[in-house]
Amino acid sequence: MSGHATYQPQNAFMKWMERRLPIAGLVYSSFVAYPTPRNLNYWWTFGGILSFMLGAQIITGIILAMHYTPHVDLAFKSVEGIMRDVNYGWLIRYLHSNGASMFFVAVYIHIARGMYYGSYKEPREVLWILGVIIYLLMMATGFMGYVLPWGQMSYWGAVVITNLFGAIPVVGDSVVAWLWGGYSVGNPTLNRFFSLHYVLPFAIAGVVVLHIWALHVVGQNNPTGIDPKSDKDTVAFTPYATIKDGFVMVCFCLLYAWFVFYVPNYLGHADNYIPANPAVTPTHIVPEWYYLPFYAILRAIPNKLLGVAALGGSIVILAFLPWLDTSKVRSARYRPLYRQFFWMYIATVIGLGYLGSQPPEGIYVIAARILTIYYFGFFIIVLPLLGMFEKTKPLPNSISESIFPAGAPASKAKA
Amino acid sequence: MIKRTALSFAVAFVLGAALAAPVMAAEGTPHPPRNKWSFAGPFGTFDRAQLQRGFKVYREVCSVCHSIELLTFRNLSEPGGPGYSAAQAATVAAEFKIPDIDDSGQPTERPGRPADAFPKPFANDAQARNTHGAVPPDMSVLAKARTYERGFPWFLLDMVTQFQEHGPDYIVALMHGYKEKPADFQLPEAAYYNEYFPGHVIKMKAPLTDGQVTYDDGSPATVDQYSKDIAAFLVWAAEPHMEQRKRIGLQVMLFLIVLSGLLYFTKKKVWSAVH
Amino acid sequence: MTSMSSAHATRRDFLYIATGAVAAVGAAAVAWPLIHQMNPDASTIAAGAPIEIDLTPVAEGQVIKVFWRGKPIFINHRSKKEIDAARNVNVASLPDPQADADRVKQGHEQWLVLIGICTHLGCIPIAHQGEYDGFFCPCHGSVYDTSGRIRQGPAPANLPLPPYAFVSDTKIKIG
Repeated sequence: MSGHATYQPQNAFMKWMERRLPIAGLVYSSFVAYPTPRNLNYWWTFGGILSFMLGAQIITGIILAMHYTPHVDLAFKSVEGIMRDVNYGWLIRYLHSNGASMFFVAVYIHIARGMYYGSYKEPREVLWILGVIIYLLMMATGFMGYVLPWGQMSYWGAVVITNLFGAIPVVGDSVVAWLWGGYSVGNPTLNRFFSLHYVLPFAIAGVVVLHIWALHVVGQNNPTGIDPKSDKDTVAFTPYATIKDGFVMVCFCLLYAWFVFYVPNYLGHADNYIPANPAVTPTHIVPEWYYLPFYAILRAIPNKLLGVAALGGSIVILAFLPWLDTSKVRSARYRPLYRQFFWMYIATVIGLGYLGSQPPEGIYVIAARILTIYYFGFFIIVLPLLGMFEKTKPLPNSISESIFPAGAPASKAKA
Repeated sequence: MIKRTALSFAVAFVLGAALAAPVMAAEGTPHPPRNKWSFAGPFGTFDRAQLQRGFKVYREVCSVCHSIELLTFRNLSEPGGPGYSAAQAATVAAEFKIPDIDDSGQPTERPGRPADAFPKPFANDAQARNTHGAVPPDMSVLAKARTYERGFPWFLLDMVTQFQEHGPDYIVALMHGYKEKPADFQLPEAAYYNEYFPGHVIKMKAPLTDGQVTYDDGSPATVDQYSKDIAAFLVWAAEPHMEQRKRIGLQVMLFLIVLSGLLYFTKKKVWSAVH
Repeated sequence: MTSMSSAHATRRDFLYIATGAVAAVGAAAVAWPLIHQMNPDASTIAAGAPIEIDLTPVAEGQVIKVFWRGKPIFINHRSKKEIDAARNVNVASLPDPQADADRVKQGHEQWLVLIGICTHLGCIPIAHQGEYDGFFCPCHGSVYDTSGRIRQGPAPANLPLPPYAFVSDTKIKIG
């Protein structure tokens, strides 16, 4: 993918450096000259937003760890100490707790974009699987972070989620005791969750590097799903993509700030302002909103082992998406039927999310079962068959042709 | 085509959400009525006089059973609170007895200092349970720890309207909720019927009566006024930096709007070369 | 033609500079809370309020240690001999010249109140030790006299005095 300038060191020091550690050249080729399809829409800006959110979570998290005490008797109080006494502690804590939600908002949009435009298809399978790994690590990190304030939802969330592992045949109970470090959720559990919550984000950052590396090997997908064929189809990453990402990032920060400053507890649970009490279970126990669809799937199945298997399967199945989808056409733009099923899938996930927040009784369970069937049916039945029977629309010859249907792109594009 | 997409989306959503949303208040707990709060909304600030009245109610009534252990005396004089002076806060502190250890190692009591937290009415939970049959919850973050289900679609709209006064509304309702129990309701020993308490069986006797606390500022000495004042006080106690948060929030929002506008035009300018 | 395009360029440059400047201001504003959070928090500051110490139980020749703001405060009830030793010194000859009278409160010369932290590297000196029977720092051998002044060793300055005042003849308020 040539045609864009390569890095030329400007002064003697940079020339000296470039021969020894070509980091400036790497940055230049990856984030400046890197050719990016010119037709990317705003849904493609969420990768940048996710990097920003990861950075924001790590920075605010490191700060919170300076003031937090991971002990069952002190955790709740130390968090309230942050909220009350630490300079701007309330701000940093709300940035972190709401930041987790914003991170998941962005990751869900990012995943949905990938599914809509077929960004998981050949040759981007590894890129996609790395993304699924990041998502799994995010879920683990988010869960353990929610345990740290040691409120009622923290404690009972830890109890319920760790008990999922009790479903494993034969060794289940041993695994659970190993996770707890005791006969019940207690101080050892809190301590190890704190340790892992601190370290996992750096593991995420590591996989993100691989994710971006893989992206730069295969290149970005685009709304047409066809590969760039010439320089006319691409623009330089900087300034074009950077300014666009920057604009959307600030817009995203508006949403983030709305939650942090105006409704900071909206996405949390009132029960988590009650200190953990191992003697009393909250009447209505639900996970954070971003786990609700999977929680609904878990509860839809009236068998512990199968429920846990379905919960795990509903996430792991994403990793097999590149092979479950048999269609040769990437973008839903040219797949009229897939598009319908895709939106039904999105609605199913939202519906499951709502059901996950409701008590597991009556009509809620039945609805959750119907939606769970569609959730898996979409992957196992719809996607493999659709590739064989769907009549796709004709693809444009090139990206620039899709933008300028008249033929040649406007001449000023070269300017 | 877009229409059809939207249609299928809508149908599926209805399947998922609305189908499963028959009225949820089946347990028969009514929603607490909404109150007008000075601290609601993006420009909300506390009514200092109300916080001072609420503090008086806490001190003379609630504190007999309920601790508020995360609150310190110095908080009373910090900005964004009830607006006492540092000297007044110190005076209040000195009126409380704080358990301490003297030089010879014996347990003793000394007058409170501004840095001290409010002392607890019970030495431990077991003592409280023994006296009252239940542990009276700590009141430090009670206003954030109590809520009620708003139901679909209100819970979504609350995100936009910034309605988050579920806690104080519930506290006010609870104070009004002591009623005669329905004839067929089984009430256990040493418990009371409360319309708004989940399950209706509350161990706390109606704590407030008209005229119980004397106000110096001419506010009505009624249960209604007391309950609103204590609820406001508890909101402040749970979130002492709320005013600062909302004030900084406005600055941040305005800043981000300006920056996003500038970035939008910059982006347009940059991309004008290729469009 | 030329003037038009240059006006265009100016407007464009202004937009870029304005955007960059506003973004820079934002970054600086975000940095402040992230830095300020490491300063002493409200509870620490409140706990650093002045403390009152009753001197009646301190016998002559005794040194007691109290803590204020996490620092050890030495309260030395000096004997006549110690006071004399502290006063019969050629002040000009000291490494950190200061008269004993300037290190105690007038009328309360028997009370020496010091921050008991060696001015060398922060260790706690031991009372009634060293050549001058004042304070001796075991870490690196600094020797202080009965006024807490540095006499020998690597410490650069006298032991500092905390802010304090006598609220009565037998009570001091530190802070």
